[in-house]
Amino acid sequence: MTIAIIIIAVLVVVLVGVAVVRTRTRARAQLPVPVAPLPEVLVETEAPRPSLEEPGSLRQRLATSRGVFDRLRSITGDTLSSEQRDVVEEVLLRSDIGVATTKAVLDQIDAGIPLGVAGEVRRVLLEFLDRDRDVRIVGDPGRVPVWLFVGVNGVGKTTTIGKLAQLHADEGRHVVLAAGDTFRAAAAEQLAQWAERANADIVRAAEGADPGSVIHDALGRAAARRADIVLADTAGRRANNSNLLDELRKVRRVADREPGQVVETLLVLDATTGQNALSQAREFLAAAEVTGIVLTKLDGTARGGIVVAIERELGIPVKYVGVGERVEDLRVFEPEAFVDSLLAT
Amino acid sequence: MFDALSDRLERLGASLRSRGRLSDADLDAALDEVRTALLEADVELSVVRAFLAAVRARLAGTALATSLSPGQQVIKAVHEQLIEVLGASPLKVTYSSRPPTVILLAGLQGAGKTTAAAKLAQWFKQQGRQPYLVAADLQRPAAVEQLRVLGASIGVDVFSEASDPVAVSREGVERARSLGRDVVIVDTAGRLALDEALMAEVRAISEVTSPHYTFLVIDAVTGQDAVHTARAFHDALSLSGLIVTKLDYDARGGAVLSARGVVGRPVVFASTGEKVGDFELFHPDRIASRILGMGDALSLIERAEATMDADVVANSASRLMSGQFTLDDFLAQLNQVRKMGSFGGLMKLMPGVTKEMRNAASNVDERELNKIEAIIQSMTPRERRDPNLLDASRRTRIAAGSGTTVNAVNQLLKQFTEMKKMMRQMAGGGMPNLPGKLGRAAQMAARADRGRELPAGFESLGAGLRAAAPSGPKNKKKKGGRVTPPKQR
Repeated sequence: MTIAIIIIAVLVVVLVGVAVVRTRTRARAQLPVPVAPLPEVLVETEAPRPSLEEPGSLRQRLATSRGVFDRLRSITGDTLSSEQRDVVEEVLLRSDIGVATTKAVLDQIDAGIPLGVAGEVRRVLLEFLDRDRDVRIVGDPGRVPVWLFVGVNGVGKTTTIGKLAQLHADEGRHVVLAAGDTFRAAAAEQLAQWAERANADIVRAAEGADPGSVIHDALGRAAARRADIVLADTAGRRANNSNLLDELRKVRRVADREPGQVVETLLVLDATTGQNALSQAREFLAAAEVTGIVLTKLDGTARGGIVVAIERELGIPVKYVGVGERVEDLRVFEPEAFVDSLLAT
Repeated sequence: MFDALSDRLERLGASLRSRGRLSDADLDAALDEVRTALLEADVELSVVRAFLAAVRARLAGTALATSLSPGQQVIKAVHEQLIEVLGASPLKVTYSSRPPTVILLAGLQGAGKTTAAAKLAQWFKQQGRQPYLVAADLQRPAAVEQLRVLGASIGVDVFSEASDPVAVSREGVERARSLGRDVVIVDTAGRLALDEALMAEVRAISEVTSPHYTFLVIDAVTGQDAVHTARAFHDALSLSGLIVTKLDYDARGGAVLSARGVVGRPVVFASTGEKVGDFELFHPDRIASRILGMGDALSLIERAEATMDADVVANSASRLMSGQFTLDDFLAQLNQVRKMGSFGGLMKLMPGVTKEMRNAASNVDERELNKIEAIIQSMTPRERRDPNLLDASRRTRIAAGSGTTVNAVNQLLKQFTEMKKMMRQMAGGGMPNLPGKLGRAAQMAARADRGRELPAGFESLGAGLRAAAPSGPKNKKKKGGRVTPPKQR
């Protein structure tokens, strides 16, 4: 099977090669075109391009659409006008909830809207978000509980860990941080600043070191000092690179070996992410047995609706949300508040 | 997870097919599918609407070409419109007569500005320029450090100072001038679009450095929020263009269209990977195909061009077609392919590859390739030319020599023979009659044949359409088949 794939791929590339050779031959056949030197002045070379903006600025449109939704709040009745339906659809799509989940909501409210449009949408969304969100902070007897953090680049993993370290410390726990992101320049440095602030221990290694060994050392230190919890950082990675996901699998295995026990694997997601978040969640779930999501950057204009689709399709609960830069801006996820902000102006 | 738009339109089926022109109802149905495809690709809703209106105008009343199915015609219109909107020609970066040319990078947290700054510097270096980097992101812990590390790796100096970002930027540009650098890239702090204080800061930086170009760095995985971001930065800084990052993720990249749609500025560069070299001028046609889920054959060809040895390839390709392909040739090809990058990455660029194949390919372990190499290298030159020599005892020897099993050797030989047979049939123009897994690829060839009816100018589109169909990578092979006959003479 694998061999078949390899052979096919090689073949295909050979044939691409043929196409390349042909292109080159053709290029050679063409008359040489004299190349004008680049003018050493700054010239505006853009041609006018069609704008995609609708008449009436986009901002106005956004404002009106949300206003309309507000008006719908008060409407009750048995059926939905097509205009109302369009507005619901628009609000949902704009929140990044996705086409499939939007359709699912619409199907439900088509059946009737005893609570009014807004109320009914709210009810349906909360139904999708109805699951257990408790975090586990103790391991089996004699094991050190580990929270492992995974995610793609730039979503705010390290910052999230720093804030959680502070929160755990505030609740009187002795925290050990494992700087397992040995890839990004200066990630360990960033985590060390948080460790200092939270009065936590940190285990770090040189850039490019094996992340597994960092976590192993952190577990050793945590056991020796009778720490209450280990928060382990990992390098950001693309969710569609199987080598990197294999590495993550290994890191997780190391973290789950005595004396450690992975009690939570948290996927950190950026609220501005669109439909790709769903495939990120799927891949990380398969590679690292994700137990929960931390949704960051909710303080911007993005609404993070994609987590509804993730909960609905993959059943991974959101456990924390990040709504700002301060430590206290990392909060426990509350479905009702989230849905309200999803639907709010 | 996502269906290619062409599949959706195919499913609309016969109702579209049989008529001479698209009725309004047909058009509505077709455009509804286009809408879903765009939304699934994260294109923002108002941009989708405006886009659909433009496509409708393009299609309304046009007589259907006999060579295209109505579905294909819709895709053609959508594809053309996408390319038009994304910019028919890229913005040409020119240089100030009074150096340095100043470039300001802005964007949200985590979009990849710092990395993009280094990649951009590397790009200018390749253009024969002498770039200089200014680290004005004093917000994020360790951002300056990150730029220093990256700058050192590409041999570009980085200016930084622990004062305030505006002063750093001004002094950085001054320093570049006195050092005689001709391009300065200023990396600013990441911010949320709503953060007024940070917006004011980047505006102040823009005022003191008066950049020739201001680029917004935008993440390809961004959702509907892309318009807010782009709009906020455009209002504050009057952007000259966009740099899209993380195109190596499997996102469709609709954010590019959204941002492009609201600010009306072209996408200039695209960042396609983690390495500093993974950075190129933006090609609208490629992202257009990607938004529609049609693969990216051009990038693949370009990569092939950059890494492959043309003579080696041409040689074994013609041998392949004439059925004289040996294990030695295969080994040479395998090495060529390995130079191009990971299998998974290649398959993703390949149009017309099914998701299963893609996943299978991305799970191909490099060690598997080593094993294949070891097996072939454990054969004598004569055995490589003529695998028929390989009896049980020779196979046992090869297995031992390569550290594999006889089973693995057998498997390789079997697959190799099958593939050879297939290639010969294709070169002969006949419909290959293939066993098992490869059979599906053959069905694809049948579909691809339809592409032949396309008028000459539509050839590339035809490739795209075929590419969108779920099937094996056969269309590539077909291309080869068409090319080869002259070579044999």
